[in-house]
Amino acid sequence: MYRIVKAKELTNNIYLMVIEAKRVAKNCLPGQFVIVRAEEESERIPLTICDYDRENGTVTIVFQVVGAGSLLLSQKKEGEAFHDFVGPLGRPSDFCETPLEELKQKKILFVAGGVGTAPVYPQVKWLKERGIPSDVIVGAKTKSLLIMEDEMRAVAQNLYITTDDGSYGRTGMVTKCIEDLVAEGKKYDICVAIGPMIMMKFCCLTTKKLGIPTVVSMNPVMVDGTGMCGGCRLTVGGEVKFACVDGPEFDGHLVDFDQAMKRQTIYKTEEGRRYLAAKEGATHHGGCGHCGGEQ
Amino acid sequence: MDVLKKVPVREQDPQRRAANFEEVCLGYNEEEAIAEANRCLECKKPLCVSGCPVSIDIPGFLSKVKKGEFAEAFGVLGEASALPAICGRVCPQETQCEGKCIRGIKGEAVAIGKLERFVADWARAQGIKPEPPKETNGRKVAVIGSGPAGLTCAGDLAKMGYDVTIFEALHEAGGVLVYGIPEFRLPKEDVVKKEIENVIALGVTLEKNVVVGKSVTIDELMDEEGFEAVFIASGAGLPKFMGIPGEQSNGVFSANEYLTRSNLMKAFSEDSTTPIMRAHKVVVVGGGNVAMDAARTALRLGAQTNIVYRRSEAELPARVEEVHHAKEEGIVFHLLTNPTEILADENGWVKGVRCVRMELGEPDASGRRRPIEIPDSEFIIDADMVIMALGTSPNPLIANTTGGLDVNRHGCIVANEENGQTSREGVFAGGDAVTGAATVILAMGAGKAAAKGIDEYLSEKKK
Repeated sequence: MYRIVKAKELTNNIYLMVIEAKRVAKNCLPGQFVIVRAEEESERIPLTICDYDRENGTVTIVFQVVGAGSLLLSQKKEGEAFHDFVGPLGRPSDFCETPLEELKQKKILFVAGGVGTAPVYPQVKWLKERGIPSDVIVGAKTKSLLIMEDEMRAVAQNLYITTDDGSYGRTGMVTKCIEDLVAEGKKYDICVAIGPMIMMKFCCLTTKKLGIPTVVSMNPVMVDGTGMCGGCRLTVGGEVKFACVDGPEFDGHLVDFDQAMKRQTIYKTEEGRRYLAAKEGATHHGGCGHCGGEQ
Repeated sequence: MDVLKKVPVREQDPQRRAANFEEVCLGYNEEEAIAEANRCLECKKPLCVSGCPVSIDIPGFLSKVKKGEFAEAFGVLGEASALPAICGRVCPQETQCEGKCIRGIKGEAVAIGKLERFVADWARAQGIKPEPPKETNGRKVAVIGSGPAGLTCAGDLAKMGYDVTIFEALHEAGGVLVYGIPEFRLPKEDVVKKEIENVIALGVTLEKNVVVGKSVTIDELMDEEGFEAVFIASGAGLPKFMGIPGEQSNGVFSANEYLTRSNLMKAFSEDSTTPIMRAHKVVVVGGGNVAMDAARTALRLGAQTNIVYRRSEAELPARVEEVHHAKEEGIVFHLLTNPTEILADENGWVKGVRCVRMELGEPDASGRRRPIEIPDSEFIIDADMVIMALGTSPNPLIANTTGGLDVNRHGCIVANEENGQTSREGVFAGGDAVTGAATVILAMGAGKAAAKGIDEYLSEKKK
């Protein structure tokens, strides 16, 4: 069992939890992920690592409730435990293996969308700890959905917040913010974009136009996370890659996002039904489009 | 009774079992087992034993069964195998022990597998458990992977008195026994879990959720955690795909994914929290045991199911019994047929498989006749799901994070067949990680050889 040292709701439906997992905490690096199961019979949920404390042997995860599995995770309280917590899985971010002198020559821009702010944080922090400054754009639909603003401000050289509705910071999507920054005279050698697939796709279209190489972190459907099932396969530069062992980070300008987004829907209806059943229980009387309760 | 024929074993009716996940073969009862054991001639030079990768004293345990001494029979099995209820069910006996049986020359071989299963099931029902060793030597050995190779090696080393820890990457022990082989061939709760508990009862520690190469490296295990030897039994790895157009469409799965969802995550059950796609018409590509398992799972989940295989029936790599069961249950075989494209609808979901007919040409390097496409023979099979059961390639996780560990050109770890020794001192390997995808019993044989090799190595090292 893996004890939950801290649990809090960051904003509507987005949760942060600090988990005791000594082996993961000892060996993880930015960019990697874990797989969590709330209970003995729960499904396996992959989540990108958001922070880690090697001394205390803890790992921080941040997740949004999107289905029955993540709903169950969110219902766990401080002091309780997860049944399973395995990792670190996947490859660390490329810069973890790049010589520091080389990294110091680069101007790095991070672009975080929504809950994608969480996996961006350890990367910016890792760089700052090594004396490498980076700029960060955080995008959210509206002010109330923004997470980890203070944490990010503490590690970013410049933090640019943009909301779709203009309720906080700049107005517009992250793509507009990227274009604006470049127009304002900023130069970037590399961009790391993490967020919903649709956001990463459009970020890549923008950075391609601007000639900025871009890394994205993919989060496809996955079962084991160790290279066994092949469910997480993606087409990258015309080649089939497994997100769990070859990624999760890839050259965003080579990823076939349209295919990845289609594959993302494989279990959508099935999951939706389970989510509604889990959330509404016996009170569920329609609306899912499947049970027929609305008729 | 015809002494040339096996005592028939009772099975679930094909039509009934095609709609459930309960075990197909029901096994022998006591009378049937004694009658079948009496067919054993107790040869002076028992060829059956030489056909067994773990060298079970077959005439020895059968002579006990003849007398109704089932507990003693279980004792004989236990000397050679930690997993008899599993082996009795999934070993390809027809090409191993039973393939060499003298009875088989004139008639049918003695049903050694079914008798092994009977004895193991009987012992489990009686609650008989193996005893842990009286003396332990306190020397630590790490076993990576809790599949058949790892369990066997761990069990043997524990019996010798070693302090063994098994590291398992998944949340449940058993490897292919839990994620790969379906419930209707190998019941999980009643058989697999119990035999694993028997290995643990020998004093073995099991640590789950550890991906060696990621959560901890072999160097850390040896340098920081005090393990004097390591046995790598991490199994087969990444599923292969054909590389044909349309393969990334929604509804195309590897057999590994499909079976893992159904077996490990229990998605076949309505109560499961892990989803599995329910299809109407399924095409499974491949002709091995995994293809049969995937097809028979899809059938049980309500789909009209087809197997597409590029060679002919004689070349099917699956066990004859599995092919026979699959046909009985209503699976349609399209032999000498090869997929060339997967067709999808406008939303990216599978709607059919374009295939081409094949004929057999000259033998290739494997000695099997090479399938050749027949020109202009294309046709389409309607399907809303396709399962690729084409084998696996080794997982590079451990090899990539362990310095000095040699792999061959296929990416398999190089290990001495006799004792499992790899190119790295103190590191041994066996099972699918070394051979590529093979059988449960071959992996167990490798686990056994490695346990002996590790014992020799550590005994030598102490001097």
